[in-house]
Amino acid sequence: MSQEIAQKIREAFPGEFVEANEFRNDWTVVVKPDRIVEIARFLRDDSDLAFDQLSDVFSVDYPGRAERFEVVYQLNSIPKRHRLRLKTGLREDPCEIDSVYPVWKAAGFLEREVYDLMGVRFRNHPDLRRIFLPEDFDGHPLRKEYPTEGKGWRNSFEFLPTEEPQT
Amino acid sequence: MDYQTPQKPSTGLNEGPLHDTEPRPITEDLPLRRSEDLLLNMGPQHPATHGVLRVVLELEGEKIIKATPDLGYLHRGVEKLCEGLTYQQIIPHTDRLDYVCSMSNNFAYVRAVEKLLGVSIPERGEYIRTIIAEMQRIVGHLFWLGTQALDIGAMTVFFWTFREREALLDLFEQICGARLTMNYFRIGGVHADLSEDVIRKLQKFLKEFPLKIEEYDRLLVNNRIWVSRTKDIAVISAEDAVSFGLTGPVLRGSGVNYDVRKAEPYAAYGKVDWEVPLGSNGDTYDRYWIRMQEMKQSARIISQCLEKLPEGPILTDVPQVVAPPKEKVMQDMQSLIHHFIIFTEGFRPPKGEVYCATEAPKGELGFSIVSDGSPKPYRLKIRAPSFVHLGAFDHMARGYMIADIVTIFGTYDLVMGECDR
Repeated sequence: MSQEIAQKIREAFPGEFVEANEFRNDWTVVVKPDRIVEIARFLRDDSDLAFDQLSDVFSVDYPGRAERFEVVYQLNSIPKRHRLRLKTGLREDPCEIDSVYPVWKAAGFLEREVYDLMGVRFRNHPDLRRIFLPEDFDGHPLRKEYPTEGKGWRNSFEFLPTEEPQT
Repeated sequence: MDYQTPQKPSTGLNEGPLHDTEPRPITEDLPLRRSEDLLLNMGPQHPATHGVLRVVLELEGEKIIKATPDLGYLHRGVEKLCEGLTYQQIIPHTDRLDYVCSMSNNFAYVRAVEKLLGVSIPERGEYIRTIIAEMQRIVGHLFWLGTQALDIGAMTVFFWTFREREALLDLFEQICGARLTMNYFRIGGVHADLSEDVIRKLQKFLKEFPLKIEEYDRLLVNNRIWVSRTKDIAVISAEDAVSFGLTGPVLRGSGVNYDVRKAEPYAAYGKVDWEVPLGSNGDTYDRYWIRMQEMKQSARIISQCLEKLPEGPILTDVPQVVAPPKEKVMQDMQSLIHHFIIFTEGFRPPKGEVYCATEAPKGELGFSIVSDGSPKPYRLKIRAPSFVHLGAFDHMARGYMIADIVTIFGTYDLVMGECDR
C-alpha cells in the first residue's frame, strides 16, 4: 500500500519528488521544500491517502550537508490506518519553509517547537514565538554545534560571579 | 444600625471624592457601563495546573476570549540529553517524562528501539508487558479521576481513587522495586518476572476493582455540581480533534474510533478480547466516561493475560543487545566481558529512521529515532500527547467561563513533565 502512496505523490508532484524509501515497514517520501503546503493539502484531501492527522513535526541537523536541516512530518491517517514520513531538506540560510498550519492545526505548536529548538523559521505561521525557552534565549539548543556541557547561555547572567572570590 | 441604607447606583466611572454629597446627575452622554478586557495570569504555581503551566487569560467579564499557554517551566532538554546517551541509558530518562505513568513511557521507548533493531520479544515478555501497561493505564486514569474531581470540588473521590492506586503501586514496588520511576522495561523484554504472589494479589485486586469503579461512578454522576461542571464543557468536534492532533481518550470522546492498540496491535493486544469505548458529545463528561470504561477494559485485558500467561523467558535471546543474566555475570568470565561491553559501549543498531507509536494513558506517545549506526541516537524526538493536546487549549477554552478553566485543564490529563520534556 505504502508504495502506492509514494507513487501517487510522484505522479502528482513530479518536479517536487526526490525519493522514497522503506525501513522496517515505515515509508519515507522525500520532497523539495518549496511546495510543501500544496503537497500537504494533497496528502490530506486525496481520498486514498487521507492523511488527516499530523502526528509530529521535528527537524534533524546534519552540519556537513548542503541542505543542513531536515524537516520531518510524521503523518497518520485515521480512516485508512496508515502512516507516512514526509521529509524535506532546508539550506542553512535562509532556513525557512512554509507552515502547514492551514492544513493541520496541530502544526501550530509543533512548528513552534521546531523553531524554538532548531531555529527553522516557518512562513505564514500564525504565532511563531519560542515555546519552551525564554524569548531572549541565545541560540537553538538542538543544533549539533550547541554545547551539551558548560553554563552556556547562563554565562551571560550578571549575577553569576565570573571569577573565584579571593579568600 | 440601619442596614437598609440605599446605595447610590454606581455608574462604573470615577465618581469623584466620597465627601461629594451631591450625586452627580446621570446624563444621557455618560456611558452607564464600562467595558474593558482583563488580562489574568494563571500559574505557573497553581494547584490545578498539575505542575508548572502558566496561562495568560484574556477575559471579557467572566468569559474567556483567549487563553495563551506559556510552557517551558519544566523543560530539561531531554531530547538533547538523549543524543549523548546510549540506548539503554535513555530508559530511566523516559520515566521522568510522564512521571505519573512511567511504565507506559518505558514501553513506548523500548518498542521504538526494538523496531529500529528488528528484534522480537518472547511471548511471556509480551504478555507481562501488556499486563504492566494496562496496570499503568489504570493507575494513570485513577490519578486523573481523583485530581480532576478534586479540582472541581468533589474531594472524596480523590481519597478513594488513591486508595486503589496505592494497591497497584505496591504491586509495582514488589515487581520492580520502585513506585513511580520504575525503569522496568528493557530493550528486548522486561527486567523481572511476575512472581506467584504478585499474580495472586493482582487477581484479588481485579476481583474487587469493578465494584470500586461503580463506587466512583455513583459518587460523581449523582453529584449535580460535578455533572453540571463537566457536561458541555470543553467541547471539541471530531473534525477539529483530528486536525489538532488529539489522541487517546480526548479524541475518542469526540467519537473518533482510533486506538493505536487496535489500529496497529502490538504486544498481546491482538490476542485478547476488549473494546474501545467511544463518546459522542466530545465534552469533559464523555472523556470521564471513556476513562472509566477504559479502566474496566484494562481490568478485562489484565485478567485475560493472566489466564493465558505462557511460560518461558522474559528477555529475548539477542546477545548483541541483551546483557547476560546477573547470576552468570557473577560466575562466568565471558558473561562478565559481555555485560561490560553492553553497558559501556552499548550496541550498534542499523542506520535508519523509525517512528513507533504506543497508546499511553494520555494518548499516542510516539518516539522517532534517527540512527546513524552509532551506539547513541543521532536524534530522538518524543511526540508527547500532553504537548500536542495543549495546542488545542486555546481553541477549547474560548467562550467558556473563567470557573471552567480548571475543568478544561483537567480534561486533557496533562502532565507537564511530558509536555515540556
